[in-house]
Amino acid sequence: MAAAITLDRVSAGYHGPPVLHDITLSVTPGERVAVIGRSGAGKSTLLNTIYGRYTAHAALIPQASALVGNLSVFHNVFMGCLDRHSTLYNLRTLVWPPAAEIAAVMRVLESVGLEEKLFVKAGELSGGQQQRTSVARAMLNGRPIVLGDEPVSALDRVQAGDVLRVLSERHETKIFAMHDIRLALEHSDRIILLEGGRIILDEPSSHLSYERLLPHFKGELQ
Amino acid sequence: MRKPGFLPRLTYGSVTQIFLLAAVVALPFADLSISAVHPGAEFRRLVAGILAPSFSAIELWSVVWTVAFAVLGVVAGGTAGLILALFFDRSRLVRLAAAFLRSVHELFWALFLMQITGLSPATGILAIALPYAGIFAKVFAEIFEEADRSAENVLPHHTAALSRFAFARFPVVAQQLKTYTLYRLECGMRSTLVLGFVGLPTIGFHLESYFKEAHYAEATALLLCFYVLIGTRRLWARPWTVPLLAIASLFVLPESTGNGSTWSNMVRFFGHDIVPVPLRSSSLWHGETWAAFGSWAWRITAQQIGPGTVKTLILAQIALIAAGAVALLLYPIVSRRFLGRVGHYLGRAMLVVVRSTPEYMLAYLLLQLMGPSMLPAIIALSLHNGAIIGYLLGRQSDQLALRVDAPKGANLYFYQTTPTLYGQFLAYLLYRWELILRESAIFGILGIKTLGYYVDAAISELRIDTAALLLVGVAVLSMSVDAFSRHLRRRLRIEALPVRLSADRGSGSPAPATGSYAGAAHAQQPVA
Repeated sequence: MAAAITLDRVSAGYHGPPVLHDITLSVTPGERVAVIGRSGAGKSTLLNTIYGRYTAHAALIPQASALVGNLSVFHNVFMGCLDRHSTLYNLRTLVWPPAAEIAAVMRVLESVGLEEKLFVKAGELSGGQQQRTSVARAMLNGRPIVLGDEPVSALDRVQAGDVLRVLSERHETKIFAMHDIRLALEHSDRIILLEGGRIILDEPSSHLSYERLLPHFKGELQ
Repeated sequence: MRKPGFLPRLTYGSVTQIFLLAAVVALPFADLSISAVHPGAEFRRLVAGILAPSFSAIELWSVVWTVAFAVLGVVAGGTAGLILALFFDRSRLVRLAAAFLRSVHELFWALFLMQITGLSPATGILAIALPYAGIFAKVFAEIFEEADRSAENVLPHHTAALSRFAFARFPVVAQQLKTYTLYRLECGMRSTLVLGFVGLPTIGFHLESYFKEAHYAEATALLLCFYVLIGTRRLWARPWTVPLLAIASLFVLPESTGNGSTWSNMVRFFGHDIVPVPLRSSSLWHGETWAAFGSWAWRITAQQIGPGTVKTLILAQIALIAAGAVALLLYPIVSRRFLGRVGHYLGRAMLVVVRSTPEYMLAYLLLQLMGPSMLPAIIALSLHNGAIIGYLLGRQSDQLALRVDAPKGANLYFYQTTPTLYGQFLAYLLYRWELILRESAIFGILGIKTLGYYVDAAISELRIDTAALLLVGVAVLSMSVDAFSRHLRRRLRIEALPVRLSADRGSGSPAPATGSYAGAAHAQQPVA
């Protein structure tokens, strides 16, 4: 089967010394990959690099929820499908949302448990609610690849599990950057461990255990 | 590795010394005499008038028209500025147009526009809208540039530009744009008042005649009425009232006191008046025509632009130093750190008076009292600008984190707050340099021989071509000073410090979605 994502000896950085070194990676469609590692290991850079190369096929859930605080939850989620409509229709939706769009947004909001916040300003939500809005936006976007940069870091473990599950149902190929080892083991088929911008471990989750990964997180709270 | 510049090593100290030296050199060339015969007696009449304002003098329609011109001018200028701002970082032409628009004072615009639209509402509104469009374009462009772009960065690929703007760019900065526009409305009121001094039927029109006839009781009443208008701005100018005010304004505009049809005036203005004399009705293919044009331009440059520029620079230089001195003297007085609650209230009161008293009007009044010389202009400029900088510095000194055992009084002033705030002080002062210069040029209309004097004379003699060339001179001078001030601020590494009075720019915006202001790093695409 053709790979959904291929990186071949890629290095990347932000106009300075490279943050990622020599990354070679292939993800097949349908895979559920967790990228783990300490903070500063290059998880966000890896996701952003993949997003930069697969922009047309991927939806990104950035680490900071990246919402427009002045707009409602509805509008923020609707932003996930701006490219599917004409500009005129989009502008109309900004002022007077059509019932069909409200229903579509409502469906994804229900799956993340945020339906009663439909017309609340995103800036007024709690951190966890903002994160779920950001997830809902990616779901409405619906592209086959979803790249989640700590998509559930502000949620409790039960909620986090639920959100990861609905995301997995919605998108074909999933890559989540996480730092919670147990959550990563539970919600992935494959684990990629980054350290200092290099992949030092890439194995099926079923072969790994919490105890085996823990030493790589020395000094970080787990 | 320092970039080679044409100035020696710059420090706060050396810049201060250079500017002080320039002012000292300029001083002998400035006319600082008091030529009024009885300035004392006149001053006593002024005080008597201030103490017993005559409120029956307030002409209701002039108040209405002041608001109407300001609202329509700012709305038109803001709309044009917003559109220009969208192309600001992409088009050099737009940047240049905006710089030109804002480098010409609204009074100059009014004098020119009167040639086309006469003493009409269109003149008043456009005279505000044109320079304000330039200012709005620049400030709005800065707001857009500094805005959080994280939401825009995750929009689906191929989202159309307009949708991108409407969903992920405009709403992010809407609050800031609103706050700034409302603040500008206040500036617009001041500008409209000043337009009255050249004949438009605003409050300033009546103020001018009362001042001229020394009817200070009536003038005081008008001025108090204007202070109330400005002081209550937050009550009547809100985001939702401005569109209503704009529509209402359209219906109450005064009739124009005609000077023919606008169209024929426009044809005459652009087809004849503004065309340099040597080029009118002679063939553009002949060498002599251009030789005549050259000598015409040279004559005006040598006899008017040159001397006018020198006088303008002299006035601005002395006023700049005086404003700096006023600011340094005033800031402890309006600081809570030095005077406690008293300082707080003094600062408030000073801000309202300074914000609502146009420098031009102050200079006009002082000229009446003291007779024509540079002195009234220097006092007006230094009081207005010094008080604004003083207020801003006072605010900042209140926010300084001082150690618990910090010194008090004079020791605090000289050892702690002044040295700490000195870079900020220079940033304010260098920024205001260009504003002071623009205003210095305009004071020529009051009889001081700065550039405005020659512009005014040329227009009243209907030598519009000469006036236009002079105006280009004004624009070039003010753009050069702006560029030089920017260069200095960069060299002193104070270019990122705040410089504007629109105090709450930004603070009104809601908290960004989960601290995404740190966005620059992770929102940006890594380069592979």
